[in-house]
Parts: sequence; C-alpha cells; structure tokens
Amino acid sequence: MLPLHISAPEFSLFATPDQKLSLSELKGKRVILAFYPADWSVVCSDQMSLYNATLKFFHKYNAELVGISVDSKWCHMAFAKDRKFHFTLLADFNPKGAVSRLYDVYDDVEGECKRALYVLDENGIIRWSYLSPVGINPGADGILDALEEMNKK
Amino acid sequence: MLKPPVSEKDHEQGAKDATIVLLEYGDYQCPHCGHAYPILKKIQKQLGDDLLFVFRNFPIEESHPDAVKAAVASEAAALQNKYWQMHDALFEHQYDLSIDGILKLAKSLGLDLRKFTSDIQQSELFQKVENDFESGVRSGVNGTPGFFINAQPYYEDWEYDPFLHHLKGLLRPK
Repeated sequence: MLPLHISAPEFSLFATPDQKLSLSELKGKRVILAFYPADWSVVCSDQMSLYNATLKFFHKYNAELVGISVDSKWCHMAFAKDRKFHFTLLADFNPKGAVSRLYDVYDDVEGECKRALYVLDENGIIRWSYLSPVGINPGADGILDALEEMNKK
Repeated sequence: MLKPPVSEKDHEQGAKDATIVLLEYGDYQCPHCGHAYPILKKIQKQLGDDLLFVFRNFPIEESHPDAVKAAVASEAAALQNKYWQMHDALFEHQYDLSIDGILKLAKSLGLDLRKFTSDIQQSELFQKVENDFESGVRSGVNGTPGFFINAQPYYEDWEYDPFLHHLKGLLRPK
C-alpha cells in the first residue's frame, strides 16, 4: 500500500465505453478508491452492493466512491446495470492493472487487484487506507470512521 | 463493535438477563437470512433462558426491492404489539413480500388493517429502519445476516451445529 499523507497518483481510466475519468476531475471532493478483485464474484458483489447502499452516508461527508478492477469497461457496464449501482466503476484493463500497480495493490499471481481501500481528501492527499484479506468483505465502517475523523480536523 | 449497544429501543426475544445476547442484522428478502431463520429458532429453543435474541433491520434495497417495505411492516406490527409474529410471518413468506402479500400476513395476524395500512406509510417507521441500517454499517456489518454475540461481531459458521456449539461454549464456566 502507498503511505499516508502523500498525493494520490493521477490516473485516467474508462468509466463508460466511451468516457474516461481522471482522478484530478474529482478535486474538491473526497474520494474513496475501492480496488476489488473481480466483477461478479460473490464477495465483491456483496461489497459493492453494500457500498451502493451506503452511498448516501458517503455523500454526507462529501465523498465520492469509485470502484476499480481489471475487468473491461463492457464487463463493468453489465455488472453495474445488473446490480443497479449508482457509482462509477473504472476499468484498469489496458495496460492491465497499471493503476493497481501504481497504488501497490496488484496481485501478480491472480492477475487481479487486491481488495484495498484508499480514502483521499479534497486535495487528493491519501488520508486512510486498508488492505483487506482477499476473501473478506471489509464493510464500510472503516471508511466512515476515516471520513468522520477528517471532519474533526 | 456494536454501535449503539442493545437497548429498550430494540426488539428483543428471550430472557433479559441471559448470558448470551445474540443480535442479527437482517433483511427479510435476503435468502441467507431466510436460511438462518429456522436455525435461529432451533437455537433459541435449545438455549432457552440463556439467550436473548435481538433483530435489527439491514435491508439492501437495490438487491432486494421489497426489503425496506417488509422491514417497515414489521415495525408497524410492533405498534400493535405483534412484532415477532410479523417477523416470523415475513421470513416464512419470503417468496411473496409484495404489498398484497404483506397485507395478507397482517390480516392473518389479526392486525387492525386500517391502522396498519396507515402506519406502513409513516416516515417515522422508514426512519427507524434507516437508523437500524446506519447502525449496522457503523458497526461493521458487511452483508446479511450479520451477527453480533454480546456486542462482538461473529463472522464464523452460523449453520446450526457449529453455531450452537460456539454459543454453548460461552455458557461453560471458565
């Protein structure tokens, strides 16, 4: 994992089949980067469905959630539609896993992202991070605790 | 860690002074919760006065479109002192949690239907369900059913044999 209190590295990935999203476009908002291994797998979909249901709590803290995996933009589109997600999934697909590597959360053996969370402040500084065991859904309490802590300062 | 702790605002079943307080965050439309329902009934029967069972709502609406409605229905039944009867009926009729299905259950439980129909539209009850959900998220619930034993999260196997074995282990004198 990257250390805290540094600027989160810039990236630009496909958010839809014809549109890219750059991290810098989210400046002014807090950003939750949720790296996860794969669309459709059981634990991931539970984790993303939970985050989908907790979006309103994230928004209360001016935070946007972005999911990132190595699946393609088309796969993401089908997954998001099927699960009725109201947040963006980014495709770290080509070159495969480049952004995950940049954030030190790429699993070379599986060829997937690890299950990892970063919370960035309004200026893109990393304020909290968590690497979850791959088979365990980390829940949303750690993210919300981090956002609450940021409000105190 | 469970936030907030179990209080008189919660729906409880069993002995107040039980050694074990088992809390479930559940969703009436979740198949896993439906699977857990008869297991919990058997465990409650086995442990008797050693167990206090508490249920809080954790509906994931985008996956389970009838879940919030069902949770609100249980809270509306509580206003007529039939919370646990509705709780059981919802899990036993998980296959039909449409509004018609829920009204049928209300009728079969002998609820005052006019009051029930009005109560299930009360924003206070929706707020209560949402408060339950938020408390679950803050307590670290990552899916349903989410169990807490004496305010500590329990992530292990909750099939009948291992779950009962674990709980019985808590009763043994140290």
